[in-house]
Amino acid sequence: MSFMDTLRTRWQEYRKPGYYDEFDYAWTMTIDLDRCTGCGACVTACQAENNIPLVGETELARGREMQWIRIERYWEGEYPNVKLNFIPMLCQHCDAAPCETVCPVSATYHNQDGLNAQVYNRCIGTRSCAVYCPYEVRYFNYYDHEWPSPLDQQLNPDVSVREKGVMEKCTFCIQRIRQAKDTAKDDGRRRVLDGEVQPACVQTCATEAMVFGDRNDPQSQVSQSMNDPRAYHVLEEVNTAPSVVYLKKVEANV
Amino acid sequence: MSEREIAYSEVNDDIVRSLVVTGRNYYITLAVSILVTFACFFGPWFYQIQYGIGAAGMNHPTVWGTYLASFIFWIGLSHSGTLLSAVLHLTNSEWRKAMYRSAEAMTLFSVMVAATMVMVHVGRPWFVHWAVPYPNQMEMWPNFRSPLMFDVMAITTYMTGSIIFIYMGTIPDFAAVRDRTTGWRHHMYVLLSLGWRGTDTEWHRLHWAYTFLAVLIVPLAVSVHSIVSWDFALSIVPALHQTIFAPYFVVGAIYSGTAGIVTVMFVLRKYMKFEHLITKLHFDNLGKLLLVMSLLWTYINAVELFTGWYSESSEEYEALGFRLFGFYGPLYWEMILFCAVAPLLLISKRFRTSFVPMLILSIAINIGMYTERFLIVATSLPRQYLPDAWGMYYPSLVEILIMIGSFGMFTTLFLIFVKIFPSVSLYEVKETLPEPQPKLRTQSESGAS
Repeated sequence: MSFMDTLRTRWQEYRKPGYYDEFDYAWTMTIDLDRCTGCGACVTACQAENNIPLVGETELARGREMQWIRIERYWEGEYPNVKLNFIPMLCQHCDAAPCETVCPVSATYHNQDGLNAQVYNRCIGTRSCAVYCPYEVRYFNYYDHEWPSPLDQQLNPDVSVREKGVMEKCTFCIQRIRQAKDTAKDDGRRRVLDGEVQPACVQTCATEAMVFGDRNDPQSQVSQSMNDPRAYHVLEEVNTAPSVVYLKKVEANV
Repeated sequence: MSEREIAYSEVNDDIVRSLVVTGRNYYITLAVSILVTFACFFGPWFYQIQYGIGAAGMNHPTVWGTYLASFIFWIGLSHSGTLLSAVLHLTNSEWRKAMYRSAEAMTLFSVMVAATMVMVHVGRPWFVHWAVPYPNQMEMWPNFRSPLMFDVMAITTYMTGSIIFIYMGTIPDFAAVRDRTTGWRHHMYVLLSLGWRGTDTEWHRLHWAYTFLAVLIVPLAVSVHSIVSWDFALSIVPALHQTIFAPYFVVGAIYSGTAGIVTVMFVLRKYMKFEHLITKLHFDNLGKLLLVMSLLWTYINAVELFTGWYSESSEEYEALGFRLFGFYGPLYWEMILFCAVAPLLLISKRFRTSFVPMLILSIAINIGMYTERFLIVATSLPRQYLPDAWGMYYPSLVEILIMIGSFGMFTTLFLIFVKIFPSVSLYEVKETLPEPQPKLRTQSESGAS
């Protein structure tokens, strides 16, 4: 087999759909929009868990808010018959992520768990990943954020505090996933049990609209929930193969 | 070639004079441009490094701003110089000879300014070398799939090629100037001329190498701007994700670069007193080129709008509608006026051969082209797929200052250049002149008879 053939085979293997499913885990989240009340608890939980700074009033007005998960609101209809739809939007951990190809220094890459990882220390801040992301879920540190005492006491020691000039985004609480894997190893188990690890947003969701787990395990709660006929991906037409599955809201004719 | 006969020695005199004799105006201009560079470029940039990119007006959906627009603008401006010079060299165009040196210098300095704009653009410029593939202890390579990484490679290659091209073409001139200067200048030119003696072998090798480089530079220049366009076109942002982008950027680059050459030619002609070297012929030919490029550019713009409309996708419609009729809509029509409508004046030969109108038009074209680059960034990113994440972008004071400062930096570099490099090629201008009748020979002939 010539060198070019080897290269071609490798490339085809790499590009074939479901490539990432062969690894240990394929972390997936489902969000049931029928259950989502748009309360915003997930946003707050994420903020607390991941040391996300509060930017303050002026910066918010300039459009520089940091929310790894945000509640998007879409109004439907005109005044008397008005309806508000919510959709929580977070990093979709796409298996064919546009942001990963564009980073010149590979600061964002796909890890073996199917997570779209971001290495803050490697980031040089070209911000091109945020341009390439169709979901607009990447947030840039426009300046050094401050946690005036005693707020600095509440910083999560498992998560690094990002400096100015780097990009950040939802990690599916990778620190918790690591923790769960370590625990599993210490207990002599090969795999993390279903439901053993939950990102902060899933843990907080009062209506249990969000489910998190491994889609490689057909018995897991998330695999069951993915098979729901209401399941869809946001912006399916851009072919990013997201790991976040939304369950469509059921229309009720009142 | 010119309105009146010029002698070989006159060419030398003129150009050595432009290097050695320095008027008060030159110093004033230089001082002003250095001041502008520091006050408007390095000052705000230092502040931005201290504070973070937040000093600029970028925000959540629009993470790219005028820095990137300036980057494309300067790369575009760099395009014509070396590319045009190489193409005209390969096609044996005589008229190139009086203007190519300064055109190439324009290339070089705009690439330098563009490279600096990248440093200004990134969030952590002190780590920007990570985008260059070099062996390191981290055993980390850059991402070879990234169009930004292609960019780094293409621009450094183009810059190196341009430096070698301009330097190699200047060696005989350095030698000519070396023989006519004294003091520190003489020592400098001794080093720069690399011991050029003007033997037949040397001329032969120079021509061979020069043509070789010209052939090398042409595809390089085309590739550079194609790759710059891929920074945008390889994304899936509506209105940027288009196959037309590479030719669009290359044409735009040559267009704005040619307009830049017209501006620089005018200034050189006026202030360096090269009236008899840079003539109406040059403006006429550059005008024709500008006309062709403007028509091509207009066509590609129309195609861009057409494909957006033809796609019948709501996000393309939204992005195009925002560009044409949104907040920055007036800027779009200004661009059409300056880059598509006004250049139609070039059809008239009388317009092409009048200097001041050409200067005004060339500046207008470059204003329009800057607008084009600004619109590409500022009207596409705020209107992407998810309407909830739509936003708006306004450049901040720091960005505007840095944009002005980048012009100051370009001017400073160019002003330093004209005092070190002979800004018109001595030996190639002489090639276009009628051979002088050596007086010594006629005397000896008459003596012998």
